[in-house]
Amino acid sequence: MIELQDVSYGYGDTTLLSGLSLELAPGAFYFLTGPSGVGKTTLIKLCYGELIASQGVVRLFGQDAREMTRDDVALTRRRIGVVHQECRFLDHLSVTENVALPVTVAGRNTPVARQRVESDMEELLGWVGLKGHRDALPPELSGGERQRAALARAVIMSPDVILADEPTGNIDWEMSLRLLTLLVELNRMGKTVLVATHDMNLIRQVKKQVAARVLRITGGQLHLAGADL
Amino acid sequence: MNHTASLKNVTRRAVDFLMGDAQADRVVPPTGFTARLTILAAAAMAFLAVFALALSLAAGRLAERWGDALAGSATIRISAPADQMEPQVAAVLEALRTTPGVISARLLDQDEQSALLEPWFGPDLPLDVLPLPRLIEIETDPEIFDPEGLRNRLAGEAPGAVLDDHATWRTPLVRAASRLRLLGVFTVLIIGAATAMIIALATSVALAANAQVIQVLRLVGALDAYIARAFVRRFTLRALGGAALGTALGVLAILVLPGGAGSGGSFLTGLRFQGVQWLLPFTIPPLAALVAYFAASATARVTLRRST
Repeated sequence: MIELQDVSYGYGDTTLLSGLSLELAPGAFYFLTGPSGVGKTTLIKLCYGELIASQGVVRLFGQDAREMTRDDVALTRRRIGVVHQECRFLDHLSVTENVALPVTVAGRNTPVARQRVESDMEELLGWVGLKGHRDALPPELSGGERQRAALARAVIMSPDVILADEPTGNIDWEMSLRLLTLLVELNRMGKTVLVATHDMNLIRQVKKQVAARVLRITGGQLHLAGADL
Repeated sequence: MNHTASLKNVTRRAVDFLMGDAQADRVVPPTGFTARLTILAAAAMAFLAVFALALSLAAGRLAERWGDALAGSATIRISAPADQMEPQVAAVLEALRTTPGVISARLLDQDEQSALLEPWFGPDLPLDVLPLPRLIEIETDPEIFDPEGLRNRLAGEAPGAVLDDHATWRTPLVRAASRLRLLGVFTVLIIGAATAMIIALATSVALAANAQVIQVLRLVGALDAYIARAFVRRFTLRALGGAALGTALGVLAILVLPGGAGSGGSFLTGLRFQGVQWLLPFTIPPLAALVAYFAASATARVTLRRST
């Protein structure tokens, strides 16, 4: 699925990740933790082809990321749903159009496909609790609503993997739990989920619902965290 | 068969491109400033292109007219003492009668010569007391007529006769008119190049202004071709609309120019298109759209390749 072998990455003279290895197993739930600036976002970006490792190999669905063309990366991203802390939307489009964007860009705009998306959309917006905001523009949404809209957009193509980078960074505790519950539900549907967060309380809460593996980045390498949680 | 199939394919793709996808079109936000600028620039360029085209076609007609006149007529001037004038005129007319390629020869009478000189010397010129040369106007078949052969013959049979085949003054005029035609064509090409540059610049600005939109589109799996198409289609349609507007205004402006010059009119009164030439300006909008399509495509491709 997504595999990193002895991967290193740095910015300028600073090495952030050094000889890091990770293989995301299908249907697994992972937390990626560690203090701010330790490389969580960098690792996530390596996982969806936004960054290319300076050393080591990153394989996205069997393909070496270094050898992938931009179009290969784009096609791969249709199998990976990404949610960022700072959710970026097309502010001139409604919530519905933004959520449907992956379908739109994939060119599935035939009348039949559109009708299907319409019915899926109803269900999807209901699932993330945004039914009442379907025609709202992104700037009109609160932080939590934006995160949920981003999650809906990330899953509309039914991706194999969902990568969430500090998805609860800008929202309150209650909303954070609600969002993580949605991710747990996706995991129960068989999706692989990787959530980067530094909020240990949140991890503890979610671990009550799902058997999540917690990975900590320390000294540029990944370690499996265990009992201390 | 293959050509037919590929033509059908190209046509289908062009129609698909022009029809567009309403949903896909909406992914790039409308940008009022560059939109208006592109439309106005395309309109201005098309307006200029109409005039350059009219200039080129008018110059072409002029060159052709002068060329025909040059090739089909000549004048023989006979200068001789009064007592030898009539024999020499008769000798020249006789020589012309037997010269291949001479269709007709006509001796200008005194009234006609007086009319020719009147603009310079006034109406009261006493032609009968002035030792003026006699003029013979000849019509020739350029395919057969040999001016050098006639000159040699006249030198022997009528030494006072000089053949003027109008080349001395008409050739530079024809050359000038031909150059003017080329200048018109060149101007149309420059206008096309300028349009391409404006569209390329506008596309580049639009891509830079929409960097965040592009990031989002890439995040959700948009191919570069999809992103490029969203911008390219927009600029192509703007160029088409602007050029249609500019062409319409240009044609209207040509229509209000003084016309009706016909074949004998001057250059300035002959700028109007003639006959089927009126259809030519209407090729400008689709050509402008084609130029815009290629300019915007190339710019988008390069810009997207460079951007991360």
